[in-house]
Amino acid sequence: MPTKIEKDSLSGRETTGHEWDGLKELNNPLPKWWLYVLLATIIWAIGWLILYPVPGITGHTSGLLHYSSRANVDADVKALATKRSAYMDKIAATPIDDVKKDPQLLAMATTAGRITFANNCAPCHGTGGEGHVGYPNLADDVWLWGGKLADIETTVTHGIRSSDPDARVSQMPRFGLDGVLKPEQIQQVADYVMTLFGQGEAGKDVAAGQAIFAENCVACHGANGEGNRDAGGPPLKSQVHLYGDTRAAVVSQITNPRMGVMPNWNARLDKATIRSVAIYVHALGGGE
Amino acid sequence: MSRITPVGKPARDPRMSGPPGLYAERTKVYPRAVGGIARDVKWAILLFCLTVYYTLPWVRWDRGPGRATQAVLLDLNTERFHVFGLEFWPQDIYFLTGALILGAVGLFLVTSLFGRIWCGYACPQTVWTDLFMLIERQIEGDRNERMRRDKAPPSFDRARRKLVKHAAWLGIAFWTGGAWIMYFVDAPTVTREFWTGQASSAVYGFTLMFTATTYVLAGWAREQVCTYMCPWPRFQASMLDEQSIIVTYQGWRGEPRGHRKHGSETKLGNCIDCSACVNVCPTGIDIRDGIQLECINCGLCVDACNEIMEKSGGAPWLITWDTLARQKAAAAGRHARWRFFRPRTFIYLTVLVLAVSVMGVALATRSHQILSVQHDRAPLFVHLKDGSYRNAYTIKVANKTTRDGNFSLTVSDLEDGTLMQAEDETRSATLMLPVPADSIATFRVFAAGRPARLHEGSEDVAFTLRNSETGEQTVDPSIFMGPGAPVR
Repeated sequence: MPTKIEKDSLSGRETTGHEWDGLKELNNPLPKWWLYVLLATIIWAIGWLILYPVPGITGHTSGLLHYSSRANVDADVKALATKRSAYMDKIAATPIDDVKKDPQLLAMATTAGRITFANNCAPCHGTGGEGHVGYPNLADDVWLWGGKLADIETTVTHGIRSSDPDARVSQMPRFGLDGVLKPEQIQQVADYVMTLFGQGEAGKDVAAGQAIFAENCVACHGANGEGNRDAGGPPLKSQVHLYGDTRAAVVSQITNPRMGVMPNWNARLDKATIRSVAIYVHALGGGE
Repeated sequence: MSRITPVGKPARDPRMSGPPGLYAERTKVYPRAVGGIARDVKWAILLFCLTVYYTLPWVRWDRGPGRATQAVLLDLNTERFHVFGLEFWPQDIYFLTGALILGAVGLFLVTSLFGRIWCGYACPQTVWTDLFMLIERQIEGDRNERMRRDKAPPSFDRARRKLVKHAAWLGIAFWTGGAWIMYFVDAPTVTREFWTGQASSAVYGFTLMFTATTYVLAGWAREQVCTYMCPWPRFQASMLDEQSIIVTYQGWRGEPRGHRKHGSETKLGNCIDCSACVNVCPTGIDIRDGIQLECINCGLCVDACNEIMEKSGGAPWLITWDTLARQKAAAAGRHARWRFFRPRTFIYLTVLVLAVSVMGVALATRSHQILSVQHDRAPLFVHLKDGSYRNAYTIKVANKTTRDGNFSLTVSDLEDGTLMQAEDETRSATLMLPVPADSIATFRVFAAGRPARLHEGSEDVAFTLRNSETGEQTVDPSIFMGPGAPVR
């Protein structure tokens, strides 16, 4: 603090006493309203600290209002579930084919199903159900485990090769890795399988492959590769294959087959939600 | 920021105060009552306009069961504009554009011919201000009485009259605001709901808003709306020329103006400078100053001047409707003809006729159905087990007729093409899509085929919608995609 208050002769204002090369700094205090707003915010902050939670070294105070955003979210979620329950309870209590016939329930189920699909199914099956290699396309007309509403609902509920005791299970033997077939036999049967969906090499004799196929494969895949849903054997004569259409993919699948897992969603979603998502999936490509 | 005041001088030097303020105080206008031809026409138009405005929502119109029964209803909830036998969808919004163009060009034409007669006779601001002035006169008396009472010290009588006047104004304003709402919601329904407290907050809000605007604009703002708020007087000058008929003071006849004195030998013009024309003017101007921004061309000064001339035995029509060109000629002692056809009137007339024809043709030939085909993007296509490809489309069909329609949908230019609805498993060449009357229905449709040219990624196809009852057809092009499709 300067000992003597100096006034600037030109402006009539006090100076701060600071001088640089003959230039003196004028003392222009903050406007009063500004200062009062600052003080008001400090008072406001004290009230805030008393009313709302404040972090401490261990844990936090809960404040007079006992505000908790976590509790608010829980309450909101509960309120939403209550609001929806009028319809969702009805969907859970109605057989899936009848849900589809009731326009009101169908609209609700389709909307709930669309959102559920986007949140849970789209990572593997794609946003429009288009799938990837190894993840079935749900918008086409190939249904390995059945494309009727009830079939889809069962698949979603219990999953495929999941930990659920009622899961859909099928097992393709590791013909190559376990030495069931010799490498040249695998090549022969692959040649034959390629002919099943019209991709066989022209003029190639596939009699040997056909014989191996009849011996090892028909039990699950059917005499002409038409598949067997009860045994979980995919149709090979279909133009669409889960693990690829190339010869290399076929050889790989015989040698060391990939067998994808679909989770059992009954562990995460309730009955009405599963029913809704089944209805939505059925509509993606028209189902069966 | 604090301003630095040089030492040794007073902080506020009166000599240093800036130029006079840009804000002009309003001079209150006390228009006097007047009778005459302009006034009669104004009353007739006022009566007509207000009658139409207040009663039109109550006119009923039969559109069949379950449909709106109001002749003119701009129904925003159901997105339908009903104008007697016509029905407009949001998709028909260009008719509104057309109507606005018609209005604008019509206004240009009329203004170039007859000056601002819209302002003086038909503008809502003028009509409601006239109505409010009428009420004011009934309660507070004519010009002189009102001025005297306003100057006098406050009295019970004045307070009572003012109270009654504002109550009457507010009543009319409320009626006006309420009638406005009725153009957007069914009049009998909203009236019942309004008074039983069941109407929506939007109804109450807008009624209040239009009550307030009517009261403020017609009661308080009046000529200031025309002078300061309205853009029209500002650019009307570009429509006017020396051949436009406007309210004109015939200066060559009237000047030099002055009071007649007995025995005076001074040669005076016809104008006796009685100020009657100024006193009746609703915008408070002096028409003898020539054409000016504030003049709304209402002609009340014509009536006032004729009234005085009749009493004083002078020649009437000293203030009259005439063109500047004719006035100029008359001042020079010549006679000039009024030219109706000028390039500008010709152009306005042509545009007007053109706009009317285009609107008429568009209205007569507009389609009664809309087909909108949206190709689904996820997935773009799927490969089916029989080797063919399938694309999904979201199809919207609008049935603008008043009858439930059964529409057939076909796809062309798609080899081996079949259609299938997501809800139905049968593939067929033609799909039947039922759409209720006056509504839009959405369908998810699959088209499957083995297009020959699919190696190009996509090929053009077209969907055709046909109303099986009327035979009306609508085509919407789309695409069919397959492998090799460019990544989007």
